[in-house]
Amino acid sequence: MSITHELMIAGFGGQGVLFAGKILSYAGLLAGKEVSWLPSYGPEMRGGTANINVMISDTMIGSPIIDNPTMLVAMNQPSLEKFEKDVKKDGIIIVDSTLIPIKVKRTDVKAFYIPSTKLAEDEGIKGLANMIMVGKITKELGIFDLEVVKVATSKSIPERKQDLLAYNLKAIEIGYNFIEG
Amino acid sequence: MAEKVLMKGNEAIAEAAIMAGCRHFFGYPITPQTELAAFMSKRLPKLGGTYLQAESEVAAINMVYGASAAGVRAMTSSSSPGLSLKSEGLSYLAGSDLPAVVVNIQRGGPGLGGIRPSQADYFHATRSTGHGDFHLIVLAPNTVQEMFDLTIEAFELADKYRVTAMILGDGMLGQVMEPVDISRAGNVKTFPKEWALTGTQGKRSKNIVNSLYLEAEELEMLNLKRYEKYAEVGKSARTDNYLTEDADVIVVAYGICARIAKNAINEARKNGVKAGLIRPVTLWPFPKEQMKAAAATAKAFVVVEMSMGQMVEDVELSIRCSRPVILCNRTGGMVPTNEAVISAIMEADRTERS
Repeated sequence: MSITHELMIAGFGGQGVLFAGKILSYAGLLAGKEVSWLPSYGPEMRGGTANINVMISDTMIGSPIIDNPTMLVAMNQPSLEKFEKDVKKDGIIIVDSTLIPIKVKRTDVKAFYIPSTKLAEDEGIKGLANMIMVGKITKELGIFDLEVVKVATSKSIPERKQDLLAYNLKAIEIGYNFIEG
Repeated sequence: MAEKVLMKGNEAIAEAAIMAGCRHFFGYPITPQTELAAFMSKRLPKLGGTYLQAESEVAAINMVYGASAAGVRAMTSSSSPGLSLKSEGLSYLAGSDLPAVVVNIQRGGPGLGGIRPSQADYFHATRSTGHGDFHLIVLAPNTVQEMFDLTIEAFELADKYRVTAMILGDGMLGQVMEPVDISRAGNVKTFPKEWALTGTQGKRSKNIVNSLYLEAEELEMLNLKRYEKYAEVGKSARTDNYLTEDADVIVVAYGICARIAKNAINEARKNGVKAGLIRPVTLWPFPKEQMKAAAATAKAFVVVEMSMGQMVEDVELSIRCSRPVILCNRTGGMVPTNEAVISAIMEADRTERS
């Protein structure tokens, strides 16, 4: 049976949710999957809400619009409050617990809490909470290797910014290896 | 298989234009097509081409006129309000039988409207893109791959028939990123342009590109001749069909709506409703014959579009209103939901077979 992963990453504009989605789409492509990446954001560059719909599938993708994600990644409280109800039963919700003090109310989904924003600050890679999430998402999706995501990241960072690649890879590993405790 | 690249719809159009040999782009920024112009501004100068941000949309389309008259492949792109401004130039291009490729990545209207996706320029694209008797070839992609493929075809068709070919997309298709196989470009067809203003070098009589004809008899004759050409183009009306053979309910949708409809059709079939999709790939010429053929076996039609109902009129005309046609639409930048399309299909399925 074909499986379609419907991933929604939501947060404030400027948190890098679109870029995080792009890395995961690219990884899907490199892993031989069908993918789509559909952004939704207001005209403002920063401060507004932004979310990204990423589909990764074994078969051709129909509509790229996600109404009911199999995985929701909430990087701010309004996003969790808005989209929690839409997540498919037995789906996954990943919460940035630095910025979101509340818990997932639903009991028919699997919830993960990761203080991505604080982890990024502690590790001296402030602003890369999105890439920590990419690591965590990779772990929980379990459809491609961490190595593929690293290649996707290296290919997505423009040449003039390649000096930032190491920080991004570090962030991905932090997210991938994070153990809730 | 060639390596696929991840691209936005807008970028795929730009990449395809370059592969089709377009080296002259004239534009004016507007959301949600800006990535297209941005891509051209980066790439064309490196290829010895011209990227020019004009002072307005009106200027941009007239620059396309000039470049096209000089025999090169030229392009402009915009979004809905910009196309209103380009209308005059599009009419002049038609009146002068000049080839051009124009992109409309539609947003909600009328007026300045919004920046969310829309299909409310269907009438503008297929009925009256400007004053006078003329048509554009209108191509409607529904994936990023198709935005690439159809843009190359648009340049070929434009040169072949000396008409403007339009890529009619929407804000969602412009923004969505999907894998594209750009090796598909293959051999792009070119056509001799004896009519172009390239300088006579003293070897031939001069060419004239013009749309002013004060003698009514002469103008009528030109229009009649142009419509003979349109009749020829009309034979290439094209659809992409999905599960139509045994369908009781035919859904007609183009662009992003076709993809939503496909999902809904799969759901409907799980519930025992025989639904199928006819997706017009060419909006002008409209695939009338394909609609008529479907009406012979289907009991009802559903038209899904992001407007107050524009293409629905072409469907009704094509089938001479011989079957009920249900409109499932959203407007202003809203997108029809899967559920809404499913329930429209269910409603259509309840109609009695006439």
